[in-house]
Amino acid sequence: MLLIKNGRVIDPAAGIDETLDILIKDGQIAEIKAKITIDSAKTKVIDASRLIVTPGLIDMHVHLREPGFEYKETIASGARAAARGGFTTIACMPNTNPVNDNRGVTEFIMGQAKKANQVNVLPIAAISRGSQGKELTDMADLKEAGAIAFSDDGQPVSSSLLFRRALEYSKMLSTLIIDHCEDLELAANGVMHEGQWSVKLGLKGIPSTAEEIMVARDILLARLTGSRVHLAHISCRGSLELIRWAKENNLPVTAEVTPHHLLLTDQMIADYDPNLKVNPPLRSKEDRQALVQALQDGTIDVIATDHAPHAPDEKDTEFDAAPFGIIGLESALPVLLDRLVQKKIITFSRLIELLSTNPARILGLKNKGHLRVGADADLTLIQPQKKQTIDINFFASKSKNCPFNGWVVKGMAIMTIVGGRIIFNALKK
Amino acid sequence: MIFNHKHLLGINQLTPEEIMTILDTAESFLEVSRREIKKVPTLRGRTIVNLFFEPSTRTRSSFELAAKRLSADILNFNLLASSVVKGESLKDTILNLEAMNIDALIVRHSASGAPHFISSFCKSHVINAGDGTHEHPTQALLDAFTLRQEKKHFSGLKIVIVGDLLHSRVARSNIILLRKLGAKVVGCGPPSLVPPEFKSLGMEINYNLDEAVERADAIMMLRLQLERQKKNFFPSLREYITHFSLTPQRFKRAKKEAIIMHPGPINRCVELSADLADSVHSVILKQVENGVAVRMAILYLLLGGKDRDATD
Repeated sequence: MLLIKNGRVIDPAAGIDETLDILIKDGQIAEIKAKITIDSAKTKVIDASRLIVTPGLIDMHVHLREPGFEYKETIASGARAAARGGFTTIACMPNTNPVNDNRGVTEFIMGQAKKANQVNVLPIAAISRGSQGKELTDMADLKEAGAIAFSDDGQPVSSSLLFRRALEYSKMLSTLIIDHCEDLELAANGVMHEGQWSVKLGLKGIPSTAEEIMVARDILLARLTGSRVHLAHISCRGSLELIRWAKENNLPVTAEVTPHHLLLTDQMIADYDPNLKVNPPLRSKEDRQALVQALQDGTIDVIATDHAPHAPDEKDTEFDAAPFGIIGLESALPVLLDRLVQKKIITFSRLIELLSTNPARILGLKNKGHLRVGADADLTLIQPQKKQTIDINFFASKSKNCPFNGWVVKGMAIMTIVGGRIIFNALKK
Repeated sequence: MIFNHKHLLGINQLTPEEIMTILDTAESFLEVSRREIKKVPTLRGRTIVNLFFEPSTRTRSSFELAAKRLSADILNFNLLASSVVKGESLKDTILNLEAMNIDALIVRHSASGAPHFISSFCKSHVINAGDGTHEHPTQALLDAFTLRQEKKHFSGLKIVIVGDLLHSRVARSNIILLRKLGAKVVGCGPPSLVPPEFKSLGMEINYNLDEAVERADAIMMLRLQLERQKKNFFPSLREYITHFSLTPQRFKRAKKEAIIMHPGPINRCVELSADLADSVHSVILKQVENGVAVRMAILYLLLGGKDRDATD
């Protein structure tokens, strides 16, 4: 048994923000109230005074690279990075080699995750075979094998008809379709946001419209089919306007944003740093401000990292030649705490909603994302005043492509508990 | 003399005073090339590498002559015979060249920012000889040198740049330089090749060439890459020529003493009519001659002093 005492417990799902004790038994929350006293030598007591205790953070968009690209990240290294970043559950995208488009790969991923024995790893399966956008995968079989959602992230479904069929079929399975919104023809092999900075730097631009067109398509197909669609890593103002329209019309659409799109802009690419090369690209200052505002007004439901590891030598090259992607598992919570919560742009409770409550609800994880009695004992303990410099040399991830390296930030995860077991502990005795 | 840089990566990094220093220095080197013995001992014993990852005749030869006339040793890096085709990374290629104790790298590369990347880890001086669609600083400097020869000053001049600005590193470097020196710049070409974002560089845009050349002091024609038509940036060469080729009739709208410039190589009868290219208004061959002097000036300013304490 585990007793967490005197923490400031924040659980947006239950509307809780007060000092409480939490008793954990058999991997579940057994009791939550002020001043729990237990007379048992078998109970480990954690003094959480001055700490914040929240439902475990959930990152519903990561790339773990295994199978196929183990030199970038393995399921074990990614899961370790997640634990260090305060995440208790991560959902991994299917663009591995082979693609996660059949039961065998899904089961392999779950087996590797079990061996790693860190955070919960939920595989997202491909919408189409090989993510080729031609034929649907055996979605029912994949769901039964353990796929939590479906997406062709990284190689988005161009065919509106195929996407419609996926949405229709998903309804029978009560599962979720996640789309990476990008019109590949309009994006035309661009490498950064199309705007004054792409013109100045002579880099090929990806217009915001390449995203907006697909956001509009997906919203209209959600209306046609009545199926749920989750829009991954929204990056620009126009997409937000479309999502607002969808929500005003009660369409089953949810949306996520990444920490890097919330905090970085295209202008920062002025020195051609390949660690800033990401898809969708970092957008303009105005887009960034609109994304932050959308966090406040509820247009955005989720913050997810889109953790996309690439080996150091792949990123140590000219901008055009570098692969797209930024890692985020170990930097997300500290930068969000420092730049959004400490600066009072959003409240602590809202951040937890975006990082735990909402992703659990969207993924249909009934026993996660809240701290009610009987819930899975997945918890994140946060030390809000702890100052640190983000340093890639201490990352558990195999990759180092993190543009937040060197940022001095206040607030970090100090302990991560999964199923009642402490898997990360930086609390001094 | 105001010049304190380790590398020449772009016009963007230069102040107006530094640009003037380069032009003044080039003035004295112009004479060297016109002598019977075209050589000064300034860079004797220095090793310079011409590292061209893209085909080039003019710029590469111009740098080679500039280095030789300053008595430096120059190595021409042959792309096709290199390890690049064997899959060596750009960084490894540079580190191997540097291991041979070189002093400067003149880099032409198809990726914008490649010289910036190289300068981030190498010890030698890096000179950008054209990176992707970003900058071509020595071309802009030789254009400025030619303009100054003809017009004596920059402030208030109206310079029109015509053609494919979007894919042109020559255009970008020229726009930045001319704006720094107080000239007015007007861009002209089909909207697909002259997007409105170019206004953020401080220039005007006019899609009508007749209007754009009105009272111009100089007209710079950019080389049209004929394969752009295949990607539908414009419908046909015929239509492009109708709207954006400089003809004697159009040229009459410019000032009487206006000059015509082109970075070469010319597509005769595409960017401009053959008789204009060969007319007294054309300074195209003067640009080529000045190119050697300007590149001598840059090599001298970057490598000339001993152990200069230079920044960036």
